Amino acid sequence: MSIFDGLAAVEEEILKCMKCGNCQAVCPLYQESRREPAVARGKIRLAAAVLEGKLEPTAGLAECFALCLTCLACVASCPSGVKVDRIILAARTALTQRKGLPFIKKTVFTGLSRPRLFDLGVKTAARIQGLLFKHIEPGKMQPRFPIGLELRRILPPLAPVPFRGQVAEKHTVERPVATVAFFTGCMTNYLYPGIGQATLRVLKAHGVDVIIPRLQHCCGAPILYSGAADLALEMARSHVDLFSSIQADAIITVCGTCGEAFKHLYPELLDGVSGHGDRAREVAAKILDITQFLHKLPFDPKLFKALELAVTYHQPCHLGRGLGVVQEPLSIIRSIPGVNYLPLKEPARCCGNAGSFSLTHYDLSYQILTRKLKDIEGTGAQLVVTGCPACRMHLTDGLTQQQMPQKVVHTVELLARSLDEE
Amino acid sequence: MSVTQAIEALRRELGENNVITATEDLFCYSYDATADLPEQKPDVVVTPENVDQVVKVVKIARQFRLPIYPRGSGTNLSGGTVPIKGGIVLSTLKMNRILEIDPSNLTATVQPGVIIQDLNNAVAPYGLIYPPDPGTVNTATMGGSVAECSGGLRGLKYGVTRHYVMGLEVVLADGEVIRYGGKTVKNVTGYDLVRLFTGSEGTLGIITEIIVRLIPAPQARETMLAGFSRLADAGNAVADIIGQKVIPATLEIMDRVTVETVENFAHVGLPTGVAAILLIEVDGIPEVVKSEAAAVRQVIAKNGGWVKTAENDEEREKLWSARRAALPALAQRKPTTILEDATVPRSKITDMLLAVEDIGRRYNLVIGTFGHAGDGNLHPTILADARNEEEMERVRQAVEEIFRAALNLGGTLSGEHGIGIAKKQFLPWEMGNSGVQVLKKIKQALDPDNLLNPGKIVDLT
Ligand SMILES: Cc1cc2nc3c(=O)[nH]c(=O)nc-3n(C[C@H](O)[C@H](O)[C@H](O)COP(=O)(O)OP(=O)(O)OC[C@H]3O[C@@H](n4cnc5c(N)ncnc54)[C@H](O)[C@@H]3O)c2cc1C
Ligand code: SF4
Ligand code: SF4
Repeated sequence: MSIFDGLAAVEEEILKCMKCGNCQAVCPLYQESRREPAVARGKIRLAAAVLEGKLEPTAGLAECFALCLTCLACVASCPSGVKVDRIILAARTALTQRKGLPFIKKTVFTGLSRPRLFDLGVKTAARIQGLLFKHIEPGKMQPRFPIGLELRRILPPLAPVPFRGQVAEKHTVERPVATVAFFTGCMTNYLYPGIGQATLRVLKAHGVDVIIPRLQHCCGAPILYSGAADLALEMARSHVDLFSSIQADAIITVCGTCGEAFKHLYPELLDGVSGHGDRAREVAAKILDITQFLHKLPFDPKLFKALELAVTYHQPCHLGRGLGVVQEPLSIIRSIPGVNYLPLKEPARCCGNAGSFSLTHYDLSYQILTRKLKDIEGTGAQLVVTGCPACRMHLTDGLTQQQMPQKVVHTVELLARSLDEE
Repeated sequence: MSVTQAIEALRRELGENNVITATEDLFCYSYDATADLPEQKPDVVVTPENVDQVVKVVKIARQFRLPIYPRGSGTNLSGGTVPIKGGIVLSTLKMNRILEIDPSNLTATVQPGVIIQDLNNAVAPYGLIYPPDPGTVNTATMGGSVAECSGGLRGLKYGVTRHYVMGLEVVLADGEVIRYGGKTVKNVTGYDLVRLFTGSEGTLGIITEIIVRLIPAPQARETMLAGFSRLADAGNAVADIIGQKVIPATLEIMDRVTVETVENFAHVGLPTGVAAILLIEVDGIPEVVKSEAAAVRQVIAKNGGWVKTAENDEEREKLWSARRAALPALAQRKPTTILEDATVPRSKITDMLLAVEDIGRRYNLVIGTFGHAGDGNLHPTILADARNEEEMERVRQAVEEIFRAALNLGGTLSGEHGIGIAKKQFLPWEMGNSGVQVLKKIKQALDPDNLLNPGKIVDLT
């Protein structure tokens, strides 16, 4: 039984919670609201109540389970080792199965799960986005009308040509040291093609062959995190089919959540799905974040020119606690000559974006972000480096609204930038 | 219905935002950290923002005869916050301001919802500490810890919460507000109400402001790990250290079950194959620390143990992480963790350790014992599975025996976790019926209608 079969599958997990309340100390949502349903302990009690048949799947209950960033901070500090994220996902799935997804989410997610249709939609949207958004400076725009987005929110424009449309499918170098398949993820493909370009440049500079499969699409994590396990399962299946057919030494991701989807969620979703379970595990075994991959390579600091920059690093939740990628980005940042690394006080604290959470709960999400911005300010850094396009979007939003001077880039962009100066 | 009317009145007085009634939310206030207790939803949760609002809640509760349960972070281990009779849970978490730090008088004044560690962080720049440090120092509130009279890892040398509370503001059951005590080092005016309310577990009044004593942070410290191949040797070493007139800040014990489990789960590099380890920290003026540490090492050698001293902060941190891993590691071994709080005079620590070992054997239960050995406060932690009713029955019997053993050794039911619901049935064993009557008279005098945290410590009939 997997977590996507409902709450019964996580009964053991629920029982493990000894209600000690330790999770209160680390949960960003609890710290904002100081209300018990916001913290892991409360949500676990609710999950138990559903299992015991004491609670019906009401809108109020769905809202309680929506109140989670899946930032994994509680998981990392739980004395009993409760996998809170699994309980939350199982509960959301169970609620969705019984109550269905809200109409808008359903439409978007169905779209996401049909790559060609989605691609076409986004391309159209990219052409007409000027009608809906005003550009405030390069790379930043703001909604003109309340189209379900916060009016004050700063967003990156959709790329006129998505990343995968900008580059060839296969990139070969002379005497390659390795071949990788590159899973771009939606945000990189449609919003931040620069991250994709940077990844490609840095990999090539290190003598790596890169394949960017055309038929890839959304990893499915946003859908799964919303509780639509059936749609996510289809997406998992198609990606496992696609990537297990490619001869590569590793599959590279540039977003912790995409990495998590491949590494942890696909094997769980496809466990027992005929012919796919083993392949999902094989694919999962090849997943590496770009910084992990570079770190494993004979990573060559000599390729990089001095930058003379004071930078800080925000650790994305799913990259750090999810995939355990903590040291690699730091050691890469530190190895760039001239870069002065100024650590945040709480580098691993969630920025508050958490995928669609920032769409549905913008105010809370922004409150959490505000703490991060203060931390950034305290470092004196000129540039914020992070390993996740979604964090980048959220941080940029806050920095712009607070009129702070710092820019945000992906770790691999920082690398590519110092390559450029050759 | 009166509950509906009461809720309306609460909304009027406190505002929509401070009154919680959704069923889902109420579920989340039906428990605390105590294992194996019945749960009960309150009718309403309120989150007052100041003392005036607390007074209003009390008055409305009186009017409609609804019980009130004060609640901080709900980390107590005696069922103190479970709203067993329904009614109003009063969460203090929005009253979380540090009102004053007064370095010239070495005091701090705080609201009840301040988290203990937040106070410590705030006073650190002044070179001061607030010594009470329960295992939940990062989560528990000042109000909850005063109401529970929490202890902690530094209890041996620095005492418990009671020794640091100098003044209180309390809202009584009739809605009157009293302020008692203050910043003076000496204060013997009238009965000692500060002590009465400290440890009253929310049954006598609602604490709305607290003045605490701060102390200078120790200049130096030394941390040691000692291993013993016999449990009795470890217990005797504890008694001997105190006998040598050395009072370590911390003197913790972990028995074989705990050590092995910690090593299995957390891999912190603890020695296996020992019957028990002690974790000892002496602190104070550098010269004193040196001579005390030497004395400790001698005692350990004399009792057949070996000792390892932390050479630097990193090693020290490693030893502490082993101690902190104790409960987590035990908790991962089985789903239900029943943490007890038996406390004996420290000269009896060996007898108590052996008694717990024996009880575990007789009831065929896994019991990991760790705790603040230096002050005689042990936490025998029974590992069970709440779904196994037969096993849980054995657990309950074992718990009873643990308390009997502690009392027979001249000990007490609670070293720091309070009585709440969990232990009130055993109170006559320790205090006799006449003792319990005195508690009841006090309760009767201050809360005749039994509206404040009813069913905790004593029942009024
Ligand atoms: C893992 C773990 C380790 C622990 N370690 C220790 C330890 O080492 N030492 C120790 O002593 N305890 C320990 N505890 C117990 C617990 O953390 C303490 O008792 C703590 O002080 C409770 O604080 P709280 O804010 O959670 O209070 P709560 O649990 O919310 O409340 C405790 C009691 O105080 C009352 N109360 C709360 N606020 C007020 C108020 N403003 N006015 C009047 N009454 C009030 C409540 O009604 C209740 O009876 C531990 C608990 C856990 C789960
Ligand atoms: S820290 Fe873990 S065991 Fe403790 S209350 Fe939170 S989820 Fe439960
Ligand atoms: S995952 Fe993060 S937001 Fe969700 S309960 Fe845990 S700490 Fe809170």
